[in-house]
Amino acid sequence: MSHLPAFGRRAALLGLGAAIALPRVRVAFANAPGEARFAVVLLRGGLDGLFAVQPYAEPGFGELRGALALPEPGQEGGLLDLGGRFGLHPRMPHLHAMYRANEALIVHAVAGNWRTRSHFAAQDLLESGADQLMASGWLNRALSAVPPRPGAQPAGLAVGTDLPLLMRGQVRVGSYAPRGAATPPPDLLARITELNDADPVTGPAITEGLRARGFAVSTLGEDGLARPQPGGAFRALVLAAGRLMAQAEGPRIAAFELGGWDTHAAQLNRLNAPLGQLDDGLGALREALGEHWRRTAVLVVTEFGRTVRINGTGGTDHGTGGVAFILGGAVAGGRIGGDWPGLAEGRLFEGRDLAATSDLRGLAKGLLRDHLRLGAAAVARAFPGSEAAAPAGGLLRV
Amino acid sequence: MDPKPVVAALRFGLGRRPGEPVPEDTLAWLDSQLAPGLPGPALPDDLPATLPAIFQAAIADTVRQREGGMGRPNQGRIMREEAQAALALAIAGPHGFRERLVAFWTNHFAVARGRVPYYAGHYGREAIRPHVTGRFADMLVAAVRHPAMLTYLDNAGSIGPNSPAGQRSRRGLNENLAREILELHTVTPAAGYSQADVTEFAKVLTGWTFAPAREPFGFVFRPAAHEPGPKAVMGRAWPEGEQGGLMLLAWLGRHEATYRHLATKLVRHFVADDPPPAAVGRIFAVLRETGGDLGAAARALIRLPDAWDPPLTKLRNPHDYVVGVLRALDAPPEAADRAFGALQFLGQPLWSPPAPIGFPDRAEDWAAPEMMVRRIEWANGVSARGAGRDAGALAEAALGPLCPPATLRAAARAGSAREALTLVLTSPEFHRR
Repeated sequence: MSHLPAFGRRAALLGLGAAIALPRVRVAFANAPGEARFAVVLLRGGLDGLFAVQPYAEPGFGELRGALALPEPGQEGGLLDLGGRFGLHPRMPHLHAMYRANEALIVHAVAGNWRTRSHFAAQDLLESGADQLMASGWLNRALSAVPPRPGAQPAGLAVGTDLPLLMRGQVRVGSYAPRGAATPPPDLLARITELNDADPVTGPAITEGLRARGFAVSTLGEDGLARPQPGGAFRALVLAAGRLMAQAEGPRIAAFELGGWDTHAAQLNRLNAPLGQLDDGLGALREALGEHWRRTAVLVVTEFGRTVRINGTGGTDHGTGGVAFILGGAVAGGRIGGDWPGLAEGRLFEGRDLAATSDLRGLAKGLLRDHLRLGAAAVARAFPGSEAAAPAGGLLRV
Repeated sequence: MDPKPVVAALRFGLGRRPGEPVPEDTLAWLDSQLAPGLPGPALPDDLPATLPAIFQAAIADTVRQREGGMGRPNQGRIMREEAQAALALAIAGPHGFRERLVAFWTNHFAVARGRVPYYAGHYGREAIRPHVTGRFADMLVAAVRHPAMLTYLDNAGSIGPNSPAGQRSRRGLNENLAREILELHTVTPAAGYSQADVTEFAKVLTGWTFAPAREPFGFVFRPAAHEPGPKAVMGRAWPEGEQGGLMLLAWLGRHEATYRHLATKLVRHFVADDPPPAAVGRIFAVLRETGGDLGAAARALIRLPDAWDPPLTKLRNPHDYVVGVLRALDAPPEAADRAFGALQFLGQPLWSPPAPIGFPDRAEDWAAPEMMVRRIEWANGVSARGAGRDAGALAEAALGPLCPPATLRAAARAGSAREALTLVLTSPEFHRR
């Protein structure tokens, strides 16, 4: 950092680096960009938005959905009320509590810039943030506009053993996963690192992995996650990652992945577990972030919604419009966002899917702009060619 | 030492075991592994291994549970023994090239053992393995009709809405299998099919299910669940009945877009993450000229100049890394047990791809920082068991002239025999094939 003028160094230390890099952005100390926490949760497989957030008051809903239409709020096993028209799946009490505390915004009928019903093509585009598959993900490109904090860990953290495309790219990203086996002694690790140093693939990966591991161990204690955790593996993972994010020197931006959503059959029962895992995980993140929750926004997305009609095997097939959740203490929540397109025959996309009225990119861009305080050029780099999807305003508390 | 046999064992096989004879004619050695009749996994005699026996074992588990018994003992045993037999063959067997082809095609027609615990092993043995040097279209039919695939991609319960069963039960179509056959197994979206093609193909496949409790204890076509009438898929009409589906699969299995897709995947797997277009073109041409002969494609693969020079362009996936390390350590077949746990730990649990597309096949998919650190931890664990082995000799046997002097120097300077082994097993070359 010695090449920076003295003011720049000091400002960076105070977490005001973005003010230097992006002079047009107004920065108040209380919510300086260096303090904002941002997490993206990828639900791989296509969550059925109409099952998680049910428009129970919609005419014909029960007929279209059959057994997947749950009892209305107030009835036994019924939906959790979201203000009279929509109801949340009863396995999501944490999210419901956030909604009631005006900390969760639910955006229905949302889709990205693709209309493919292929999981793999859709996830590639969701993570690329572009009209074609890219070598880097939009969250990594957004990180490139977040100034480094001297002495701190990388701002980004991939949670799990994988590095999702969303987080791949130029910017160095930390990764965290629970420990499972004995690590060699430090001097042997140093020699392994040296032997791999010149290798373009194994070299950087090993260096970064060991660094992240050392940091994680010192924060969590040697056996921080060695014991089985109550509430499932995803909750344990989120809890540990949230604790890292709560550290002063810890990462600020995290990406999580959760599968189990591709419910072509027997959806009624099969979604209980993943919905519960997601909800427990979101509750754990709030718990782990503590006082930083008020500076936090979490974006929960999936690659597409599913067919409006229940299929022949009690499930739903790949569709279009789905649901996104935006939650956190920084979020202007307690409401259903987006325009509800309705489920009448003529309103469905290609006669089968919930039509999309909100663009996923607009939601993400709104959070990059207003929560991470990225400038217009940085937002455009994260989502190239997305001029048609303006950043969504009003996602955050003023 | 001539590097060619070592390159062959790494690139096309699962790595060398110490003491394994060095073939004089490398290509002839690889060709010999494509001969028919080579042994598959060795299962215990009393394991339910045929479909009727497996179904019977599954029913016994269900009955037991209904009567208050704990767990599903047959399920656990079948899963464990099948996985161990498959891994033991990889670790100790002499036909690494054939095993790599089996793994490649099993991943191409991916099923997840979590959804099909009773059938996953049988599926690999009976639907995939016999066809890896046969015709692709035959493998396609065998995979699609197997209970594992019919269950994993939900076709077993898909019912034509206008069929007698559909009219009676108000149940209907499930388009999952039809979509993934088009997208992943055969022509890919490059062929330009539409949602209507997917839906119509799903109708073609209605009635394709299996009978677990009565003859024939396997695939059956249920006319009562089949959508009546001809269907139009990709611009052609396909007749009603089982025959329509067989004709459509035969057509897809010989489609040029399918050959293009398979050629690209094969070259990506055996040559380079970014497949050289000329190499893809060569394999494509062989598939087209031979009507999809996968043995001919395999023989052409090993004769691609790009497959030999430069060597070690591919990062080993966790399976190939674990098996390669255990082979280099001269591990016995019983090491399959440990390998199974290692694959879980290193992010590629056996027969458990995260989605129907199967496990990915590029360096970037397997080189995440946490995954590489776990490889180090695991290698350090096995080198403790391999203590007493000479690291230099192991490097020579496994890598021959491909082992750089820096690795040998680092091993020679290590503080203990175990540390020397760990260093060799975690060196860049050991992560490559």
